Amino acid sequence: MNTPFAIEVDKLTKRFGDFIAVNAITFKVKKGEIFGFLGANGAGKTTAIKMLIGLSKPTEGMGKIAGFNVDTEPEKIKKNIGYMSQKFSLYDDLTVVENIQFYGGIYGLSRKKIKEKTTEILEELELTEVSKSLVISLPLGWKQRLAFAISMVHDPEIVFLDEPTGGVDPRVRRQFWETIYQVAEKGRTVFVTTHYMDEAEYCDRVSIMVAGKIEALDTPHNLKQQFEATSMDEVFLKLAR
Amino acid sequence: MDAITVEHITKKYGDVLALNDVSFTVGKGELFGLIGPDGAGKSTLFRILTTLLLADKGKGTVAGHPIVNEYKEIRKKVGYMPGRFSLYQDLSIEENLSFFATIFGTTVEDNYDLIKDIYVQIEPFKKRLAGKLSGGMKQKLALCCALIHKPEVLFLDEPTTGVDAVSRVEFWDMLKKLKTKGIAILVSTPYMDEATLCDRIALIQNGEILKIDSPQQMISNFEKPLFSINSTETYRLLNYLRVQNFTESVLPFGENLHLITNEPYEASQIEYHLKIAGFSDNTAKTIQPTVEDIFLDISQPVN
Ligand SMILES: Nc1ncnc2c1ncn2[C@@H]1O[C@H](COP(=O)(O)OP(=O)(O)OP(=O)(O)O)[C@@H](O)[C@H]1O
Ligand SMILES: [Mg+2]
Repeated sequence: MNTPFAIEVDKLTKRFGDFIAVNAITFKVKKGEIFGFLGANGAGKTTAIKMLIGLSKPTEGMGKIAGFNVDTEPEKIKKNIGYMSQKFSLYDDLTVVENIQFYGGIYGLSRKKIKEKTTEILEELELTEVSKSLVISLPLGWKQRLAFAISMVHDPEIVFLDEPTGGVDPRVRRQFWETIYQVAEKGRTVFVTTHYMDEAEYCDRVSIMVAGKIEALDTPHNLKQQFEATSMDEVFLKLAR
Repeated sequence: MDAITVEHITKKYGDVLALNDVSFTVGKGELFGLIGPDGAGKSTLFRILTTLLLADKGKGTVAGHPIVNEYKEIRKKVGYMPGRFSLYQDLSIEENLSFFATIFGTTVEDNYDLIKDIYVQIEPFKKRLAGKLSGGMKQKLALCCALIHKPEVLFLDEPTTGVDAVSRVEFWDMLKKLKTKGIAILVSTPYMDEATLCDRIALIQNGEILKIDSPQQMISNFEKPLFSINSTETYRLLNYLRVQNFTESVLPFGENLHLITNEPYEASQIEYHLKIAGFSDNTAKTIQPTVEDIFLDISQPVN
């Protein structure tokens, strides 16, 4: 079972009562791809991501993540993916090291492995000096990179990033995208949402959701041609309302 | 009379200097932007001016009232939207809004025209609990709640974080309208295209104000040679340019790279150099900076 796809989604749907938050979306994401999942507020991005990572059951439709079925194998999916939520899920009142150990534990890593990972993350992010500081005292940009590293503590094949750069300043956003590129270069698949349209240009392909449906999906280059636009910002403004 | 005055305000947390001798004024009907990296001290300043936190040194006034002695008056006259939402998650959209109207002794109907442009976007869901809204929908509701008592001075700490690109445009159109009603607005934002829409901006870093000016003036004062370069091999070109002697800085800007050189060049010289270096299809243009270029130029790298 060796498919070239990390994510395969077919008519995936989520209803809350009579409200359809995600309306029969269908798409595939290749392994190693940086896939931008765009859309206006309330379009259904976070709701879709929650189904893709096995946190919420689809009302209808099918999804396969790393070869596992979102409906019947959510536990296997959780072990094979990383997730960074719209509000990073670090514990503010734990130290940097404690946060890493905590998540390592949740993912069932051995003690030895957790130790290795801790050293690796502290060194890569140059956080060794503040390893014993409470997370609450770190600048937002550091928290965000720590949250990203921790979401990959178990070496997942795919990472889901829900607005990882929300509220982050222009310099730190650029550093963060460097890290995304490095992760993708190692062959991991990155599935990312953002409201910064310059970041949409950094993705291999992007989809744009409008009111629960995917209305466009292609490379940034092709989308700009298709919508006769000079930037992704323009494409988005034309489509999203 | 100025809507906000800040004189030599200093604030320390332990031995961290969050604000260092900060001074500026905001006029009535002025839209004033605070622009700076994460941790620059913006939110601390918001908390001091909204009387939630005391400064160690310095003084200030809001709507004519000194911030320390007349905090009760100030709280009635300002609207504040903190970085983190201050909504009641277990109340609906509608209930949150009328709650905020009631505590200020007004009604939603009285000031509906102030919030209308943004509120219509979430109104179809008005029975939904705030806890079940998407991130951007929460931001929109929080803004409506901050405005519903028709404040004289509005403090917005990153109001558009998480707000989509279309709504951001509408949001700023609305701020422009509030200005014409004489409301003074102090706003922080990580979006540099929004900074450009302010009357004046203060660039703030490590608790100090580096510059205060209109965005247009900052742009025309920028003197470094700046180029926008397009290539099909953006990432390779970025890594190449980073290590060249003539490069002062090079950063991605959407599909282009922006290059600042340490000496003046013609764009054609840059193009030629890059062709020789194997980037056959590149184009280079001399450009005017945006506020984002200026921000990146003066903000120090984090590590
Ligand atoms: N538990 C729930 N009950 C009812 N409605 C919900 C629930 N969760 C989400 N919704 C609704 O589903 C829609 C999609 O929300 P979602 O959070 O997926 O949007 P989003 O695309 O992530 O938006 P944003 O860009 O603002 O984060 C919204 O209208 C939201 O209010
Ligand atoms: Mg969301």
